[in-house]
Formats: sequence, structure tokens, C-alpha cells
Amino acid sequence: MANNTPKQKTMASNHRVGTVLATGLFVIVCCLIAFPLLAGLTASFRPAREIFQNGMSLNLKVSEWSLDNYSYLFTMFINPHTSDTTAIADSQKYFMWYRNSLVLTCETVILTLLICYFIAYGLTMYKFKMRGLLFFMVIATMSVPFEILMLPLYQEVTTLGIINTNAGVILPGLCAASTIFFFQQYMTSLPKELLDAARVDGCTEYGISVKIMMPITKPAFASMAILCAMGSWNNMLWPMLVYRDTSKFTLQIGLNTLLTPYGNNYDLLIAGSMFGIIPILIIYLIFNRYLVDGMTSGAVKG
Amino acid sequence: MNKAKKLLYSQKVAPYVFVLPFMLSLIIFWAYPLVTGVVMSFQEVTFSGWEFIGTKNYVKLMSDKFFRVALLNSIEYMLLTLLLLIPIPMLLAVLMESRLTKAKGVWKVILYIPALTSVVISGMLFRLMFSEGDSSQMNQILQMLGQSSIAWLKSKGTAWVALLLLCMWRWTGVNMLYFVSGLKSIDNSIYESGDIDGANGWQKFWYLTFPLLKPTTVYVITISVYAGLSMFLESFMLWNGNSSPKNIGLTIVGYLYKRGIEKNDMGYACTVGVVLLVITMAINIAQLIATGTIKVGKHKGED
Repeated sequence: MANNTPKQKTMASNHRVGTVLATGLFVIVCCLIAFPLLAGLTASFRPAREIFQNGMSLNLKVSEWSLDNYSYLFTMFINPHTSDTTAIADSQKYFMWYRNSLVLTCETVILTLLICYFIAYGLTMYKFKMRGLLFFMVIATMSVPFEILMLPLYQEVTTLGIINTNAGVILPGLCAASTIFFFQQYMTSLPKELLDAARVDGCTEYGISVKIMMPITKPAFASMAILCAMGSWNNMLWPMLVYRDTSKFTLQIGLNTLLTPYGNNYDLLIAGSMFGIIPILIIYLIFNRYLVDGMTSGAVKG
Repeated sequence: MNKAKKLLYSQKVAPYVFVLPFMLSLIIFWAYPLVTGVVMSFQEVTFSGWEFIGTKNYVKLMSDKFFRVALLNSIEYMLLTLLLLIPIPMLLAVLMESRLTKAKGVWKVILYIPALTSVVISGMLFRLMFSEGDSSQMNQILQMLGQSSIAWLKSKGTAWVALLLLCMWRWTGVNMLYFVSGLKSIDNSIYESGDIDGANGWQKFWYLTFPLLKPTTVYVITISVYAGLSMFLESFMLWNGNSSPKNIGLTIVGYLYKRGIEKNDMGYACTVGVVLLVITMAINIAQLIATGTIKVGKHKGED
């Protein structure tokens, strides 16, 4: 592009100023966004007692940094022969919650995705009497906040005898309306001729859904997997009602119990919180391009 | 193949097999608790059983000053989040999609990260940042500006600054991504014809981008209204438990939780839930009538 006329020159320099301003704005916004997390991260290297008493300070005192909080957190792995029995107990407790969360998240993601896929498949690929009504109900369930159902559901789960179990946490949310909706949206755009071709080849209805359609819907599975994993890993309110034993707690509930007015757990709390973000951060960084497709499906089409 | 099996594998029955889990879940985990909730709101629920007490719970709720505080807090919170979390993310998204911004991918990734942290962790971080000691970060910033330290979380004005910042921190990036995807669905040729007509940047935003973003805006408003009205955990974490000084952080769901779980007064708690249900339904219907957008979207999804 040749900038010969004065007007083009001013436009080009305007553009450059605009670029600096716009990019600069995002630099500032991202610094503000990063601030609490960096504050937490640096605080995790500082004596826990001080954090509890004074909050996190802008004065980082880097010379006083140590890995004490983390070595306390990992006591079980680093030095299982230590004489400090409380440290071992706390560390064990933390990793028990961590494992519970991992197990619960895996179970939730796998079951929810499979069930919702098949439901969406049925709603999309066939024309049948109740289809319109059921699709309307998918939308309807989305428009009632979960918190309203929470208490009766809590009683129901108690009656069913699945309180204090993973089933109690997973089952009520298994047929997640938003996940069904997303799969449905995704499959609507796929060619249905494939189905007929497969039927001619002698494939059963159920065979088609698994062997033909599932491979093509892989991107939708990826989108939903990350959203579902995030939701499950960070879920707090409902698991807090369902689980009663400390040994069953998920990481989020466990961390919450560490927040006592006495502050004797802040070493575990700070280091444990930072370490607790890691699994979901890894999943996010790997699948991040699918995430945008997943979360925006409702916004554009709905 | 015997007859039953043949029927099960037929195209007539197969769809019902596929949607069976949804029907079961709908009845067991949605319709049943919904109805129970409404029924329970007319009962006195004790350990020994239920006792029908008519509309006593509702009458009591009308004059319950804690509930009024909770209701006003929730509505105020919802309105403030709408005010903050619609225009700012929208402008950020427009800038993000403009040719001016460099290294877009980096900013998008960073802006979304707060949404990955749980309420427990983010609430704890904000609690520590806004703690009342002289050496907490926010008080240090105040001191730099020549002010004296304040007990942030003890009075409503300052505590809500923390609460709203927490909310903005977590949701700005998410809402921005919604608007970005809305912007991507707008055809570029519209802007080209705008250029031909000599529209400047602001005019293009106001007369082209803003109206064309309407479906996305309506969607973001809808989820923000629901999230705002049913906010609970943010305040639960910020004040470490469900009790804030003078109830400055009490919300509808917080009150429902307090009554139902902490005080084991299920009937009364369900009354609170029913009121919340009525409010959300009213908003839902009002929105359907006012915009029609959601309705149109639904039909599109159906075919």
C-alpha cells in the first residue's frame, strides 16, 4: 500500500494510534484479570499465618519466599516418614478430596455426554409424536434455576437412599438440558442421508447412532466435555448438600471447610487452592478452541 | 429375530428408547421436585411429617423483613451486574474483533481464565485482597492514594464493590466471548455498504453492530438475569458462610438455604423458592412478549 496522499498518511497514522490504544487496553484489562490469581500464587509462597492475619500484601518480600506451604501440602509424597502426624493427616485429607473430585468429574463427564448424546440423537434424527413437546421441555427445564428445585430434590435424594453418594450428585443433573440442546443444534446441521445409507447396509438404529453418527459428532463431544468438566470440578452447592462424610467431600467443599475463623489451615488452603486450579487449567489450554463453540451455541442460534 | 426384539429395533420404537432417559429424568428430577416444592410451601414440614397450613407461610413471608432484605439485595445485584456485564464486555468484544487489536488469541485466553476458578477459590482470593488489615492489597492501594484503611466487607457500599468486582472478574471474559461469537455471525458486507455510505466508526457501531447483536444481547441478558437473581455462593464465600454483617450479602437463595438447610424449616424455605420461581417466570414471559427473540429462536431450533 502506497501512502502518497496526505489523507492516506493521516489514516495510516490514525490506525497506528488506534492499534496502540486498543492493544494497550487489552494489556491493562488482562493485567487486572491476572492480578488476583498472581496475588494468590505469590501468597502461596508466604507464611500462612501472616496471610490469615493481614490478608495478601502488595509488598511481596520475595526474599522470604519458601515452598513451605507446598511441602506441607505434599507431605505425604515428599517425606512420608516425617514425625509430624497432623501434616500427614492434612495432606492425606487434601489428596483424598482431590481424588474424589477427579473421580466425580470423570464419571459426570462420561455419563452426561453419552446420555445427552443419545437423547439429542433421538430428538433430532426421528420424527415422532412427542418430539415437539420434549424439545419444548428441554428449553423449559433450562429456564428454571436449579436453586428452586434444590430443597425438594435434596429430600427426594434422601428418600431414594442415594444421599452421600456420587450417584446422588450425578443423577439429577445427568440429562443436562444445555448439553442436549447443544448436541441437538450440532446434529441438525448434519446430513440425514447417511442414516438411510447405513440402514440399507443393514445397520440397526442403535448401531447407526454409535458407529455412524458418534464419530462425526466428535467436535461437539469435545466442546461439551470441557464445559461439563469445568462445571463438575467447580460445582459446590449441590455436592455440599449431598455429601455428609469428610471422606466423600470434593475438593471445593473440602477447601471451604478449611476456611475457619481460626485460620489454622491457611497453609493448606492457599497452596491447595492454587494446586486445585491446575487440572481444569490444563484441560482449558488443550481444548480451548472447542470451548468457544460450545458455550456460544445457545447465544447465536437460540 | 423374535417379535419383541424386532419391534425394539424398529424406527417407530427406537426414538422413544433414545429419549427415555430424558423422560425419566424430567419426571423424577424436575417435575416431581418442582411440584413437591410448591406443595411443601403450603405445609409445615417437621421431622414427624407434613401438616397443611394453607397460605400461612406466604403470609409470614410477606412481613418477613429478612426476606425483604434478601429480595432487594438480589434484585439490586442483578441490576448492577446487568449494568456492568453487558456494555463493558460488548465494547471489549467490538474492540477485540476490530482490526486494531493485535495478539487477540492471547487476550481471549487470559480473559476467560477467571471463569475456570471455582467460587471457593475466587471468593477466598477476593476476601484476602479486601481484608481489613492495613497490609491487605486494597487498603495498601488506598494508602497510596492518601486514604486510611477501611473494613471493606463490613459495610454495604464497600462490600458490594468487592462483590461486584468479583462478579466482573469472573464473567467479563465469558460475556465477551458470547459477544465475539455474535459479532462473527454478522456479515462483513454490511460494514462495506456502511463504508460506502460514509458512516464513521461510532455510527457503524450504533446503527449496524448494536441492532445486529440483538439476539446475543438478549441471550446474555437472560443468563445474567437468572444468574443475578439466584446468586448465592459468591456472597457465601466472600463472607465465609451464610452470615454477613447486617445481612448486606443476604440473597434470595441465601435465605432459602438458611431456612431450609441451616434451620431445617423446609416448608418456609420452599415458599421462598416458589416466590423466586414466580419472579423468574414473570421475567421469562415479559421477555417473550417484549422481544419475541427467544420464541423465534426456539422455532428455528426445532426444525
